[in-house]
Amino acid sequence: MKFASSPILTHRLSPGRSRFVVFMLLGGFVALIGRSIYLQGFQNDFLQKKGESRYERVIEISATRGRILDRHGDVLAVSTPVKAIWAIPEDAGLSPAQARQLAALLEMDVRELNRKLASDKDFVFVKRQIPPDVAEKVAALRLPGIHEQKEYRRYYPSGDVMAHMLGFTGVADEGQEGVELAMNDLLTGKPGSRRVIKDRRGQIVEDVESIHAPQEGKDVTLALDAKIQYLAYSQLKQAMADHKAKAGGVVVLDAKTGEVLALANAPTYNPNNRVRLVGAQLRNRAFTDTFEPGSTFKPFTAAMALEKGKFRFDTPIQTAPGRLTIGSATIHDAHPHGVLTLAEVIQKSSNVGAAKVALSFPPEDMWQTFNSLGFGAPLKLGFPGEVGGRLRPAKTWRPIEQATMSYGHGISVTLMQMARAYLSFARDGDLIPVSLTRVDSPPLTGTAVFSGQTAREVRTMLEMAVKAGGTAPRAQIPGYRVAGKTGTAHKLDGSAYGDKYVASFIGFAPASDPRLVVAVMIDEPSAGKYYGGDVAAPVFAQIMAGALRTLGVPQDAPLRPLLMAEAVKEGV
Amino acid sequence: MIRMNLALLLIALVCALSTVASNHRARKLFTELEREQSRMRELDVEWGQLQLEQSTWAGHARIEKIAREKLGMRLPAPAQVVSLEAAAK
Repeated sequence: MKFASSPILTHRLSPGRSRFVVFMLLGGFVALIGRSIYLQGFQNDFLQKKGESRYERVIEISATRGRILDRHGDVLAVSTPVKAIWAIPEDAGLSPAQARQLAALLEMDVRELNRKLASDKDFVFVKRQIPPDVAEKVAALRLPGIHEQKEYRRYYPSGDVMAHMLGFTGVADEGQEGVELAMNDLLTGKPGSRRVIKDRRGQIVEDVESIHAPQEGKDVTLALDAKIQYLAYSQLKQAMADHKAKAGGVVVLDAKTGEVLALANAPTYNPNNRVRLVGAQLRNRAFTDTFEPGSTFKPFTAAMALEKGKFRFDTPIQTAPGRLTIGSATIHDAHPHGVLTLAEVIQKSSNVGAAKVALSFPPEDMWQTFNSLGFGAPLKLGFPGEVGGRLRPAKTWRPIEQATMSYGHGISVTLMQMARAYLSFARDGDLIPVSLTRVDSPPLTGTAVFSGQTAREVRTMLEMAVKAGGTAPRAQIPGYRVAGKTGTAHKLDGSAYGDKYVASFIGFAPASDPRLVVAVMIDEPSAGKYYGGDVAAPVFAQIMAGALRTLGVPQDAPLRPLLMAEAVKEGV
Repeated sequence: MIRMNLALLLIALVCALSTVASNHRARKLFTELEREQSRMRELDVEWGQLQLEQSTWAGHARIEKIAREKLGMRLPAPAQVVSLEAAAK
């Protein structure tokens, strides 16, 4: 039977029913179209995301902290990945044997481990900073509830030699002291992340996009010369032992560029193992401790006198009878000297001479000079705890204070400030900023503090101080002309000066064309000797001689036996 | 007409299969790249550790100790030092 002759076709349905069916079908289509528009148009983003989350993963890419290098590229601090072992105490139902095994691997006490696992927190670190090979063994145990996490540990191969310069980082690899803190922003990397597609086995099959590119921490190249630093450190350590001193500091500056080639402090610590660390070991004395400089300050008074034109190199000054009374106070020289020229006042370190020179100037002139040399304000190198010392405004100075300030009492400075101020003598009156990082293009000129003539004359005076008849013949170095000044300062004990001393020596060499400035400070030498010329000057000579040889600086003096005459005792 | 259609169908099939093949190859290459990159990171870490080891062995204190005690070296006396002018520069 053909379709066309089917009797159903001739049978007429009621119009209501057929219209109802058409309407229902239409309604169904409209609903479907509406739903698809809703899903495709309005819900699209949400659904897309839901879908992607089924196979896409965002992975963290960790960034390593930058290394710290010395000026020749030797590694001073480097981060290597280690593991942290953490646990969810609730999940970690270890059998006693498993606990013993884990404790043995982690080199910790079983009881301590059990105590940690018994805690009611959701998350505990069992042990951090675990070497990767140990962590692998822990992972191989497949203990329930024990997990691992990647972290970084900082290593300092040079140990205590550069502890104060470099500082150290905390357990989360962030700087806490020294350069690590001062340059933390530069050293820290920014972890990045990227989106990938993973297959069913967890393998990455496609890189979708990089959300943040990781920024590796930048390497920092310090001005430090590891060889000179070691030299400074070992000599300082030796001197500390020889003189039973309480503390000490050494700063070595490059006179041509202002770079800090070495900075050593004692007592020190090992940054790789900071258990039992005390505050005294942490102090970066060259930056954070101020002291009364004593006679090392006299050259600045002399330089001011020359600069103002009131005194010449050989202007005679009466220092007899070796004391000078101002108001109710009296200034003493260790030995009465009689008439000295300005140069001899420096050479023999006469307090009376320096005070007389100072008192012939208004306090403002002195303040101006000291201020322009950078005293009383921090050097702003970004070092934690850096202080500026104390230089009171000139208006408040009484005459006795002005007199004592001329030879470095009643003023407080840091060793770094002193070393930097001596740059002005070493650089013909030109003062440049000091730099912790390597300087590739040295500043041609800094601020002119003194005229070249003044600086050269002070240099000659400082050379005299090191020769026979001066206070520091033991600072001499065979083959080089050396210039420098001793300092022996009484320490303020409460409010009175006791019989504790700070011995110091600051100088530069070769005197014909200064290359290095070395400042040495020994706090409370207590093995009998306490004069700067006996305690600090030999340390200076050893460090300077070694550093000049290391740098290959040509000799500028004929070799002849050193004239080791008895040092003139300086005024204290 | 039919022949033409069959030819087009064949071309379409070949294209589809090669897309699948190249996609597969791309993924394989990517996994390889991934492996090499993680190797690079591992080597990087190893390099850091080797640097560390090197600076530990080459520590100034250690070298000084060996030079003085084992090799019997010492600093030359000032009179023994000959300064070469050209070399000094």
